[in-house]
Amino acid sequence: MTTQGRAEPVEWSADAGQAVIQSRAAGRGPLLPVLHALQETFGYIDPQTVSLIAKALNLSRADVHGVLTFYSDFRTTPPGRTQVQVCRAEACQAMGGRDLADHVRRRLGIGFGETSHAGGFSLDQVFCLGNCALAPAVTIDGRLVGRVTPARFDGLLGQLAPERSSS
Amino acid sequence: MTSPVRVYVPGDSAACSVGADLVAAALAEGARTRGREVEIVRNGSRGMFWLEPLVEVVTAQGRVAYGPVQPDDVPGLLDSGLLDGTSHPLSLGPTESIDYLARQNRLTFARVGVIDPLSPDDFENHGGLAGLRRALTMTAAEVVEEVVESGLRGRGGAGFPTGIKWRTVLAAPARPKFVCCNADEGDSGTFADRMLMEGDPFTLIEGILIAAVAVGATEGFVYIRSEYPAAVATMRRAVEVAYEQGWLGQQVLGSNHSFDLEIRVGAGAYICGEETAMLESIEGKRGMVRPKPPIPALEGLFGLPTLVNNPLSLASVPTVLAEGAAFYRDFGMGRSRGTQVFQLAGNIARGGIVETAFGITLDQLLNDFGGGTATARPIRAVQVGGPLGAYVPPESFGLPMDYEEFVAAGAMVGHGGIVVFDDTVDMGQQARFALEFCAEESCGKCTPCRVGAVRGVEVIDKILVGQDVAANLVLLDDLCDLMTDGSLCAMGGLTPMPVRSVLKHFAEDLDRTSNAGSRP
Repeated sequence: MTTQGRAEPVEWSADAGQAVIQSRAAGRGPLLPVLHALQETFGYIDPQTVSLIAKALNLSRADVHGVLTFYSDFRTTPPGRTQVQVCRAEACQAMGGRDLADHVRRRLGIGFGETSHAGGFSLDQVFCLGNCALAPAVTIDGRLVGRVTPARFDGLLGQLAPERSSS
Repeated sequence: MTSPVRVYVPGDSAACSVGADLVAAALAEGARTRGREVEIVRNGSRGMFWLEPLVEVVTAQGRVAYGPVQPDDVPGLLDSGLLDGTSHPLSLGPTESIDYLARQNRLTFARVGVIDPLSPDDFENHGGLAGLRRALTMTAAEVVEEVVESGLRGRGGAGFPTGIKWRTVLAAPARPKFVCCNADEGDSGTFADRMLMEGDPFTLIEGILIAAVAVGATEGFVYIRSEYPAAVATMRRAVEVAYEQGWLGQQVLGSNHSFDLEIRVGAGAYICGEETAMLESIEGKRGMVRPKPPIPALEGLFGLPTLVNNPLSLASVPTVLAEGAAFYRDFGMGRSRGTQVFQLAGNIARGGIVETAFGITLDQLLNDFGGGTATARPIRAVQVGGPLGAYVPPESFGLPMDYEEFVAAGAMVGHGGIVVFDDTVDMGQQARFALEFCAEESCGKCTPCRVGAVRGVEVIDKILVGQDVAANLVLLDDLCDLMTDGSLCAMGGLTPMPVRSVLKHFAEDLDRTSNAGSRP
């Protein structure tokens, strides 16, 4: 199966963070693999992790902070229970992507880069999901969906388990 | 007891985005309740996305196709004899006879959608490893010259002759050397790298190994964007299998060559598709562009000689080695040799992959293959070569797909991605988006790109509301000159290309004062 389900995040602690860092610290240029592993495990990268990473990889905290904030994938606050990405690139624009993006923001009541107040949803923009012949495309909890209309998006939200579909 | 019927249901993420997983599950369940044995293979996609999910059944007459199949169609299909290949309203006949496929020259994509992507036997039975085996009987210089002779040029967009780059890395004295495959396919309208990695990952690994043998590299990375989780998973598994098979690691295929390969994942930065930014990212740094020289071929990853190639360039090499340079060079026109994997995307009726020789016209791709727009309205513009490529108007659809012809027309073939827009598009907004995207994704190292893109959005906003239009159009043109001439890399240097193409071909959408009300 190629659809990607997200595992439930583990609660962050310094010890758990240290263990994840150590598991990926070997090899050439390990910083990105370490950051990915932390986010995969905890759902986000706790800012307190920065000094732990710096120490383990013999980098300055500024170096780690610089990388952490350069890449849009990495988040330093916990994500919503359901994560939504909307493609805003040209192929999706050509198939109503702008209207879809507006609809999703209205429907979830949050803007791109935001998490809803009660922690129900995180919404992010993305530039291309590689589904350009079946545009417009979104992902919901990592599952790619093509040919999405505003009505189909509402239908997809309706299929979520009740505790995941409230904002 | 009859043997199980082999059924192919794509596991490609685009096919799954319209229900292929559900179709596979419905087929397994439906066959079970009917007491029929089936073997469901999750292949790559054939690249005909309007027919996805495309189900193929192996019959005595070969593979026959049905599509697009929805989960609800499955019981009816099974009852009408799907597993015996009988006719049905969703029948498409023998897969290979489908016109869209039959008219292509599939060299790089020969096995995509055909084989089980992670089966080493399937790969070898369909011609896999023939190129690598031949390369291992040759000297490094002979392999390089074969690639030079083939005329292959970089498929990532820039079109630099692949063999010439290989020659430079081969001649570099420092050790160790690296091969880095740049699979940060971030441009909208492109999905061929993704399909290859999901549908035929061993071909990419074979291409990387041939490159390693040719330039004397012992370590390599495939840098894949994080937006492609399925490609990452398939490539990771493929690398494990390749180690188990003795294709990677010590003594590749029993030779004296050793090569280690690792999959690296990006983190949402478009700029990491630029080769030096990608190298910084692999090193664990911010994806900031490096000034050139030094070129990566001499001082690349960790300051060592590094061959950076696009997945399609590398995946074309096994064919060049297996069939010979002349075979490959015989496809194409002018200095654009071989085949290109064109990608039809956006508002297109029959979107997907068209691998064919260079020289085909835009009109043939858009109309003969693509069938016009999905909305059945006239095409107003197509963007060729990604977000940094020009918007081409219908008057120019006679242009042949050829690197030099496109440059002469103020456009670029790039990686062959084509995004189609119908006549409801607001080209003023598209020009604005080109600059907005550059502002969002600029690495920030050089001022023309970092500041120019932001100023560009501001100037276009003024133009679009009719403020000092004539003066601001001059300013925009001047800004485009500055970004083109002064930027460190193609991000800032090419962002003016789509903007200028709108100025040239769709000026009425920018200067709305002179044509008030003429656009929707």
